[in-house]
Amino acid sequence: MSERYVLRSSAIASRLLGGEMMVMSATDSTFFTLNEVATTIWQAADGHTPLSEIVTKSVCRAFEVEPETALQDAQSFIDKLSGHGILLVSDQPLELQPAGSPEAA
Amino acid sequence: MTTPATGAHEICVEIGSHPVLLRTPDHTYRERLANRYAGFLTDGSHADLKFDIDLVAPLDDMGDDDVEIEVEARSGIWRLRRSDFRAEWDCRAGRGYIRQAPTPYSTDSILRIVHTLLLAGEGGFLLHAASCIRNGRALLFSGVSGAGKTTISRLAPADTTLLSDEISYIRRDGTAYRAFGTPFFGELARPGDNCSAPLGTLFFLEKGFENKIEAIPKSEALRKLLRNILFFAEDPDLVKVIFRSAWEFVERVSMSRLTFLPDERVWSVIR
Repeated sequence: MSERYVLRSSAIASRLLGGEMMVMSATDSTFFTLNEVATTIWQAADGHTPLSEIVTKSVCRAFEVEPETALQDAQSFIDKLSGHGILLVSDQPLELQPAGSPEAA
Repeated sequence: MTTPATGAHEICVEIGSHPVLLRTPDHTYRERLANRYAGFLTDGSHADLKFDIDLVAPLDDMGDDDVEIEVEARSGIWRLRRSDFRAEWDCRAGRGYIRQAPTPYSTDSILRIVHTLLLAGEGGFLLHAASCIRNGRALLFSGVSGAGKTTISRLAPADTTLLSDEISYIRRDGTAYRAFGTPFFGELARPGDNCSAPLGTLFFLEKGFENKIEAIPKSEALRKLLRNILFFAEDPDLVKVIFRSAWEFVERVSMSRLTFLPDERVWSVIR
């Protein structure tokens, strides 16, 4: 499988609140609450770091999970969020969008 | 849209300390508005906004019976559209034009939308919530239709002042918030009092088999709050503004879940 790159859309609003990342699409107001693993992927989605590297260096180090399982879950997660337009996914590195950076509480 | 109508019959409706001047060539309609917004009238010398209203009947080009509201901004002009009205509002000039069916119901809907936009720029919002003042503090009771907003208002003790049984008006007040009375009502069919108080607690209503108050996680509070904020514009930048306003509200205001039985004993647990 080719490498995948993920980037937070600029058309979202997000905040870390009570340990959970709250994300709202600015285009259709869809609202998401991300769990800890999803939040880790979300925060690392800078458009330049390959998804596999995010999984091995961020997810697997922070949580006790096998790389294969974690990558499968990550693929499923980014497919869901990209379907709502709040994550951009490409097989090439993506340019960072300044307005898409998450705001920490 | 055609040239705005002008006329000598004015009325200024002030809600949440935001005066909005309405001008119509129809004296009878002016009187209907005066009756609808009695208690919220003021002189128009300091109006934030001025609207000329053109009454049309039948609604020739206003489309079908679709009640979907469309609100969009283009080049500093807000355009509001529903099957019974069209409105434009120039933010910089503070002037607008309304073409609507000859019913205060249409004007009422436009005012609600206008106030959501006014408040969005200052960190406040309209909330699907009943509100009242008790012991000098405003209490909010939020929930969707059927959650019990009117019921809790109807059960309120005599020493409470009703602000609204349906739509609550929230403004920033320094680092805190203030709730204002509104003429927007629900099943109670009477407007709130035109007064305000510092915000105490926001309760999210749930009907149940006992009266109890429970803490809720901030993430859940934010989700519930966003679900109940009135906002009509499909404008990505404004959605972000509303999200930020809601987040700041959650960080500053006490919020709980209020499960209640629909009788007056519920007020014994509300603090």
